[in-house]
Order: sequence, then C-alpha cells, then structure tokens
Amino acid sequence: MSETMMGIYVFVLSCFIGYHVIWGVTPALHTPLMAVTNAISAIVVVGAILVAGVAHAETSAIEWIGFAAVLFAAINIFGGFVVTQRMLAMFKKKKKAGE
Amino acid sequence: MSADVFSAVYLLATILFIFGLKGLASPKTALRGNYSAIAGMTIAIVATFLHPSVQSYQWIVAGLVGGALIGIAVAVKIQMTAMPQLVAILHSFVGLSATLVAIGTYLVHREANELNPVLNVEISLGAAIGAITFTGSLIAFGKLQELLSSNPLIFKGQHFLNLALAITTVVLVVLFAQNPECGMYLYVATGISLLLGFLIVLPIGGADMPVIVSMLNSYSGWAASATGFTLHNNLLIATGALVGSSGAILSFIMCKAMNRSFISVILGGFGGEATASSGAVQTNKKVKSAGPEDLAFLLSNATKAIIVPGYGMAVAQAQHAVKELYHTMHEKGIELKFAIHPVAGRMPGHMNVLLAEAEIPYDIVFEMEEINSEFSTTDVCLVIGANDVVNPAAKTDKSSPLYGMPILDAYKAKQVFVSKRSMKAGYAGVDNDLFYYDNCSLVFGDAKATIEAIHNALKEL
Repeated sequence: MSETMMGIYVFVLSCFIGYHVIWGVTPALHTPLMAVTNAISAIVVVGAILVAGVAHAETSAIEWIGFAAVLFAAINIFGGFVVTQRMLAMFKKKKKAGE
Repeated sequence: MSADVFSAVYLLATILFIFGLKGLASPKTALRGNYSAIAGMTIAIVATFLHPSVQSYQWIVAGLVGGALIGIAVAVKIQMTAMPQLVAILHSFVGLSATLVAIGTYLVHREANELNPVLNVEISLGAAIGAITFTGSLIAFGKLQELLSSNPLIFKGQHFLNLALAITTVVLVVLFAQNPECGMYLYVATGISLLLGFLIVLPIGGADMPVIVSMLNSYSGWAASATGFTLHNNLLIATGALVGSSGAILSFIMCKAMNRSFISVILGGFGGEATASSGAVQTNKKVKSAGPEDLAFLLSNATKAIIVPGYGMAVAQAQHAVKELYHTMHEKGIELKFAIHPVAGRMPGHMNVLLAEAEIPYDIVFEMEEINSEFSTTDVCLVIGANDVVNPAAKTDKSSPLYGMPILDAYKAKQVFVSKRSMKAGYAGVDNDLFYYDNCSLVFGDAKATIEAIHNALKEL
C-alpha cells in the first residue's frame, strides 16, 4: 500500500470517529467546540516546524515562510486553547441564586 | 528516534485530541477535555522538535513565542460577544499557515530534488484549500466585525466565474503534477484560490453567518488534512479529519435549524436588505405595546416564566441585566428558564456562552427540543432580541419564506412579551405573525434599559 493510500485510510476512518464524537457534544458547548477545534487544526504547526527548521545558508525564503507559518499556527494554538479555557471555566456548576 | 517511534508518539497525540473533543459532551468533563487537547498539542510539538530533519531552531522558537504572545493577549481580552469574529480570524490563520507550509514544503523538496507528481498534487491541494480558508475567513471576519456590509454582495455571472476559477485551479494542478519543477503553476493556483475564497463568502448574508463560520471551521480542518497528505503525516491527516467533520456537522445542524439547504446557503444572496424590503411590515394589523411595569406586574403573579434570548440581547449587552432579573425572580419564587434556538446568535452555541458569562446556571438553559413542550404551561414568556425563531408563520403560513423552519413555541405561553427596538423585520426580512397575537405585547426600547426597568419595577412589587 502506498503512503498516499495509507493516508486515505487514516483520513476516512478519522472522519467516522469525528462524526460519532461530535454528535455527542452538547449543543450548549458548540462555541467552545469551534474554538477548541480551531486550536487543534493548528496542528499544521508540525509542518511549519519542519519547514522552518530546515538548515541551509543560501535560501532564506524558506526560513521566512517557515517562520510565518509557525507564527500564525502558534497564534491559533495559544489563542484557541486560552479562549476555550476561558469559556469552559464559565460553565462551571454555579450555585443557584440564594442557595 | 526511528520513524516508528515518531508515529507512535503522534498516535498518542491523536488519541488525546479525540478525548479532548469527547470531553465536550458535558460541561462537567469539558475542562478536562481541553487539557487533554492541550497535552496532545504539546506532545506533537515537542516530538517534532526532535525530528532529525529539524536542524535549526531560532525561527521556530521566534514563531512560537511571537504567536504565544499575540494569541494569549487576544484571547484574554476578547469580549464574549465578539467570539464569532475571533473564531473567524483564527480560521483564517490556520488557512494561511497551511498555505505557507505547502509552499515551503515544495521549496524544500525542490532543493532536495524529491519532487514527484503525487507529491505535487498533494502540495497544490494543501495550498489551495488553505488559501480558500484564509481569504474566506477574512471576509467572514470583516462581515462579523462590521468592517464590511453584512449584506450579500451579488453580481451577474458570479457562480459562473467561481466555477471557471475552480476549473482553472484544477487544470493548473494537473499541469503542476506534470511539470514538478515549475513553481509558477503552484503560485498561480494559490493566487486563484485566494480570489475564490473572497468570492465564495462575499455573497453570503448576515443571517447565514452561523453556517459560514461552521463551514470555514470545517475547511480549516480539511486544510490541515491536506497538509498531512503533503507531509505523509498521519497525525495531521487524522486531526484535520476530526476538525473537518466537526465543522461539517455544525454546518448541517445550523442549516437544519434554518430549514435551508447547504447549497442554497452557499449560493448566497439571503438575508440582506434587498429581501427585507420585499417582506414589508404590514401596517393594517394592530400590535399591542406594553411598558416594563406591566410586565413586572404579570411576572410578580407568575409561577413560571421563560426567556428567549437572541442576538439582540448580545448587541445591547443585556445579559448582565438579565442575570439581575433572574436573581430577583428566584428570590420571589418565580421559576425561570431560558430557551435557546439553535441559530440564536452569530455562531452555534453563542447564546449559551453569553449566559454562562453572566453567571446564569447552565442547568436552567435549555435547547429547543427540551423546552418546546413547556411553553403551554408558562405564564410569561419574554423574548429579548429574537425574532424569526419565534415566528409562528414558520408553522402556519405556507407562503412564508420561513415555512418549515423549527421554531420556539413562544406563542403558546399565556402572555408573550417581545423586547424590541422598533418594528423592523428580522434577518429573514419577514413580518412576525406573533406580534399580532392576542396574547402578545411589544415592549419597545433598548433591551438592556428595558430589562433593567422590568427588574426595578419587579423589586418594588
């Protein structure tokens, strides 16, 4: 099996996992869901690190591209997780008024 | 570390992401879910640092530190009402990052003479999907932030142009696969995709924003998956697929809640002022208006009340006034519940977050299916800044554009009060039959001021 075909296997099976897991998410948490999936999709940072970490003296264009890719992915990772954390902290069980 | 060790560590990160999403099944486990996702991301980044092809670290560290500073600063400050804009702009960053990774990967492989047709197809798909996500999300951000008009922008031949651009992109991808050394094909295809992203979101009106934000959420996932194919990295493929299906499901839920097909949303043109004028408000029918004191008096005699919040509540920043009202009602022994329509607000679940921010306990906030049967036993229903989602025409009037859309059965309550700024029609540009019902009264004025006045009057009684 080629690497691409292997990737297609992983892709299709992950879609099924995603389908089942996401339908289990309570609608009240759909906004945090979007924020956290947003942070998770910044996993492209892995690719960004591989580009930015290539060592060679002559072509600086690659490093600039890599740097920008890491930067934007990192804004997502930190921004996404922190804002999710903030929202979820609000959903802590609060005592009802007067109790 | 051998390749297998990397794969095993990446698998662990994937599993942590899945547990992270699973945690959101309940508010009780949600925080743990977020920690799990953070752990997954940390493991993935640390493992990649140790990858043998990573030779220099200064650019990586600079990018991570800079991104952390910007990301945290924005996330800590952002107002909860502005959450849809934040999510939109963050989607655009994922798209941009994916595009840059694709181009960077191409340059790295070209230097190393490792290009082949399959890799080139994967690279160009990654760049194209990333580019569409990038510019599409920028437009969505502009519309949500009101930098751009939220009216749909439509011109003749728009769909034909989009189709032509999409076909051109495919042709360029094929040419690029055949001529791996010729980067120009990749750059032009990326440029066209950037344009396509603009053109796809511009014709979509404000009313359809929840669908578009969800759709772009999905695209950001597909962009990550495409990057995974480029890098032959199963972690990216799997994670992107999880995010992609999440966004797709949310889009589906939003479309269903508006009784619209995904295709008709994408074709655009719905929810602007052009449609609003066609649904001109009829003036021959009479509406009743009431003051906050009337409402307070009825509330004081009620045993059960339901509040239906809509985007108008968020715009008026009335959620904290609503919380005060809730406290006073609770002290007086009046049962209060909140009813949330799936498309209330500008993104899925937006109202729930705003109510949670105002410290209203989430166990008195209910989804449409859970609460619809309770309106008939409710004494007072107060609609704050919502309109189309309580319009009974969706059930009774076959000629209404809303017909078939599931609604909150507010009209079944003994008394309905609607807090409104003016008689302007809702997003869909449709007159609301509810306003002419015998049991319905309108309370005109700013939502926040109205709620505060009701609260003060109720305290006096």
